[in-house]
Amino acid sequence: VNRFKCGYCGACVGVCPKGALELIETWIEVDDSCTSCGICAKICPVGALEVKVK
Amino acid sequence: MKDRYDVIVVGAGPGGSITAKTCAEGGLDVLMIEKRQEIGDPVRCAEGVGTDALLKHIAPDKRWIAAEVKGSRIIAPDGTEILMSSDAAMKDVGYTLERKVFDRVLAQKAAMAGADVMVKTRATGLLRNNGKVAGIKAMYMGEMNDIKADIVIGADGVESKVGRWGGIDTSLKPHDIETCAQFLISNFDPGEYSEFYIGEKYSAGGYVWIFPKGGHTANVGVGILGSKSGKIRAITLLQKFVETTIPDGKIIEMVLGGVPVSGPIERTVTDGLILVGDAARQSDPLTGGGITNAMDAGKIAGEVCIKAKEKGDYSVKTLKEYEDRWRVTIGNEISRSLQVKNLLIKLNDEQLNQLAHSLDDVDASTMELPKLLAVLFKKNPKLLWELRSLF
Repeated sequence: VNRFKCGYCGACVGVCPKGALELIETWIEVDDSCTSCGICAKICPVGALEVKVK
Repeated sequence: MKDRYDVIVVGAGPGGSITAKTCAEGGLDVLMIEKRQEIGDPVRCAEGVGTDALLKHIAPDKRWIAAEVKGSRIIAPDGTEILMSSDAAMKDVGYTLERKVFDRVLAQKAAMAGADVMVKTRATGLLRNNGKVAGIKAMYMGEMNDIKADIVIGADGVESKVGRWGGIDTSLKPHDIETCAQFLISNFDPGEYSEFYIGEKYSAGGYVWIFPKGGHTANVGVGILGSKSGKIRAITLLQKFVETTIPDGKIIEMVLGGVPVSGPIERTVTDGLILVGDAARQSDPLTGGGITNAMDAGKIAGEVCIKAKEKGDYSVKTLKEYEDRWRVTIGNEISRSLQVKNLLIKLNDEQLNQLAHSLDDVDASTMELPKLLAVLFKKNPKLLWELRSLF
């Protein structure tokens, strides 16, 4: 998550198929259930998310 | 802090506040929590709303009406304009809201009706009793608390977690979300109409909007269908539009957000749990509007909670009345909108121009969207054949 770009809109949280994301105020948290599917990165309105394959 | 309520509402947007207010007025002991420290801010909304639908719930108040709107203007890719939704007597048909104030006023109304409100309080999970939802785990100022309740309302918006915890899959596929960016633009006179620029020229599977916000300002934004987002993003489309169309405009605020456009989801209640508003994906897939649908749903949810309390039964058997009631009203509307949206996103700019020109000899100025669509269907049966079941 590029924290300087993120507009904390929560769109990524809504599309995450695993529920791995959570938005707390301006902070996006990613938990271990993330499968690096990349949907969040695709729909981010500003391109603040990038998926690194683990 | 109390550790037991009849109803806990998660999320203090318009849907949550109306639910809490309705419950409190019915004598229920209700708590509404909001994870942010400020209700209504930051805004994630274009703030346009129809007066008729809104004024069913609340009397107009200058504190949250940023601008009064006379109607809508749709602009086809070739510049053809269609005026619609205006009143023959030039009455206001819509408002652009100041959501920062509007949401607070609604929350305050819920509080004045007797609801407890807690901000900076985030639900982190559900409590269960014999498999039934029995309250929430909540974090307030860094500390975890269990708060019990007979019914939990998930009014937690596009990012809804409550439904997922309750076993309802609310995750949105890329084609189920419009990803949006908006600027509040100053040094600009948008006139008295809300404008909608349609076509691939502006956005794939979305549109550009200009909503007057009063005092030489407007909300100018764009939504793009999630499935078409990636290489091109909402923010880039918006920057391009503003540079070419409003070159002298000054950007004084940026708003981002996602709008569910999935249409009705399979279920919105389970034992001890109800979903309301964007959390229940009740926003309109065609317009993206969600405020009044959420408020309508909140009212129904509140009424059903009151009945459940009277009966002492909080199972799906009783809560299903909520599901039944919203589906025949909001549900039917958003199903229609979904069908229309699914067709419109397939049309190219030339076909959209063709639709616009078919209205050259029609005065659509006082038509609402369903009427306008019916006329369009009559004039373009081939192009719109997929929608025949609607007319």
